[in-house]
Amino acid sequence: MATCPATLEELPRYPEGKEILTCLQCGMCSGTCPYGDVMDYPPRRMIAMMRAGMLEKVFTSDSLLSCVACYACMAKCPRGIRLTEILLPLMKEQTLTHLPELPSELQRALQNTLRYGNPMGEPSRKRAAWVKTAGVPIRIFSEDRRPADTLWFVECYTSYYPRGQDTCRATAKLFHKLGIDFAILGNEEKCAGECGRLTWEPGLFETLMDYNMAVFQKYEFNRIVTSCPHAHNAFKNRYPALGFNWGLEHTTPFLGRHLAQLKPLLTRKSNYTVTYHDSCCLGRQNEFYEAPRQLLQAIPGVKLVEMTHNRVNSICCGGGGGGMWLDTYFKAKGYERLSERRVKEAAATGADVLAVSCPYEVSRFEDALKVLGYDKRVIVRDVTELLAEAMEE
Amino acid sequence: MHILVLLKMVPDVVEDLEIAPDGKALDLEYLRMILSESDDHALEQALLLKERHGGKVTVLALDAPEVDDALFTAVAKGADRVVKVVGMDAGSTTRQAASALAQVIQKETGLMPADLVLTGVQAIDDLDGLIAPLVAHELGLPYLGIVTRVSLDAPGQSVQAIKEYPGGVHGEFEVKLPAVLGMQAAEKPPRYVPVAKVRTAMKSQKIDCTLVPTLADGGWLAIDVVEMKRNEPAGHAEMLEGDPDQVSGKLCGILAERGLVA
Repeated sequence: MATCPATLEELPRYPEGKEILTCLQCGMCSGTCPYGDVMDYPPRRMIAMMRAGMLEKVFTSDSLLSCVACYACMAKCPRGIRLTEILLPLMKEQTLTHLPELPSELQRALQNTLRYGNPMGEPSRKRAAWVKTAGVPIRIFSEDRRPADTLWFVECYTSYYPRGQDTCRATAKLFHKLGIDFAILGNEEKCAGECGRLTWEPGLFETLMDYNMAVFQKYEFNRIVTSCPHAHNAFKNRYPALGFNWGLEHTTPFLGRHLAQLKPLLTRKSNYTVTYHDSCCLGRQNEFYEAPRQLLQAIPGVKLVEMTHNRVNSICCGGGGGGMWLDTYFKAKGYERLSERRVKEAAATGADVLAVSCPYEVSRFEDALKVLGYDKRVIVRDVTELLAEAMEE
Repeated sequence: MHILVLLKMVPDVVEDLEIAPDGKALDLEYLRMILSESDDHALEQALLLKERHGGKVTVLALDAPEVDDALFTAVAKGADRVVKVVGMDAGSTTRQAASALAQVIQKETGLMPADLVLTGVQAIDDLDGLIAPLVAHELGLPYLGIVTRVSLDAPGQSVQAIKEYPGGVHGEFEVKLPAVLGMQAAEKPPRYVPVAKVRTAMKSQKIDCTLVPTLADGGWLAIDVVEMKRNEPAGHAEMLEGDPDQVSGKLCGILAERGLVA
């Protein structure tokens, strides 16, 4: 667990701050940033302004609203400066306090997350409503407190969004077939808050961390498996400061680890040509590139093709760092939606299926396919959905 | 310029509402309370006026579940003092609430004199919008409701207020101060306040508590709740089942039957 300066003023006293000052001004970050071309202050210029003591100008521009926390700049920095992890969230926090008005979509999402534990503003008491449609029994800890090996942290879009619930049902089926001893938190679960931390809102993130940690401590389990790469990110990098010391996996690598057990169960042949989109948090941030591909290739009949930008070069769906709730804002600014940029690449591969591992991507890519008129040619499926489908008798 | 803002908590309709076992009220055990939306607008308008013209904003609220969160949020947004009236019966009527507020406003140190008293024009549990005019009446102040904009012409003397009318018409009023205004909306949506600021306010600020005054028992209750019920759907949508040909056939049949197509 790396130390982490809490404010921008503290930054220069930390090793990470000194590291930032070693910036070569090579511009790799700005060149690789998916919105670098529309920002007044892309990452390279941001650091130059910081050195010049002119950060105020950066805060009063809206450049940082376009940062989708995709880790591309950080992955490419030859100095290894932890832009997405350290510098950008601190800068964003300042932007939030300087903006005369927060884009209303984002404001609503943040307020909803604080009050209802999910950005959509859905009732907190209906978080586990999908369980009734799971098709397999799902244990909720508050109803049955016996220890479980695995706590499945479902997360928001998977719990509420209808297509996210499809992923839930698929995951539940896979867990059952694999004989995993698992339970969920049900209505007690709240957003892990990663988009708070990496977005604008450290206070919101701390509130959610305190809450979720207190709930975790009520029950006995060995590991957390989560459907959301953003939650995985938060648990891995931030929660340990509060004593998070359980095992941790995202669903896709977790299933990848059970590949030998899964393979004989994948009996239904498909004729899909599939291309896989590496999510930022799972890919660039955690380098889980091979597990999803191995899982897809284990499905009989699947042909895997790659997009031009894959693995570390993957293009963000545009949903990270608060981008999930800034689509209207980006559109009003005349920016290209990143999800549209991405599905153009997917369509160009000739694939029938765009496979994903992050719940944000399902709605983003399905919408983008419809906007561009590709929705008859390409469908979006979570890796777990394709696996569950391959198990049908 | 001293602006007094009256805030009120109302049932949060995002979460499910349950009817209490006696069938006459919402089940308070199950209810979550949230700041009434138009009261949030009243607070926003007060803060905007303070930012433009200086002065102070005092917030007054009746005790209710989660009201402390709303009050600390008000402090984090820029309110100078927050006061909570405790000891009120849960089943109090709107008129009792208005009377309690008016008495506290007159008795509690520092609440009067106020140049402006702002509150929401209505709430989901006070759709008649009675609170503000009743408070104005008890304080002997003028009242204007459905206000969507307030600007200060002559500080301490009067404000210019815009009142909405149906049909896209609005009226401009000059309101002599002090006065009570029922806000429909502030001139801009209520601001966002970072959660860290609210958490800091919770640690460093305090809510002044004042006991509810003895309310005159005037036999006010001319009406009583007989029964509270969920709406029963009067009609329902008919889903047409079948393949596209069957569905389109049925649809054409319905349109023809109702004379919508020849």
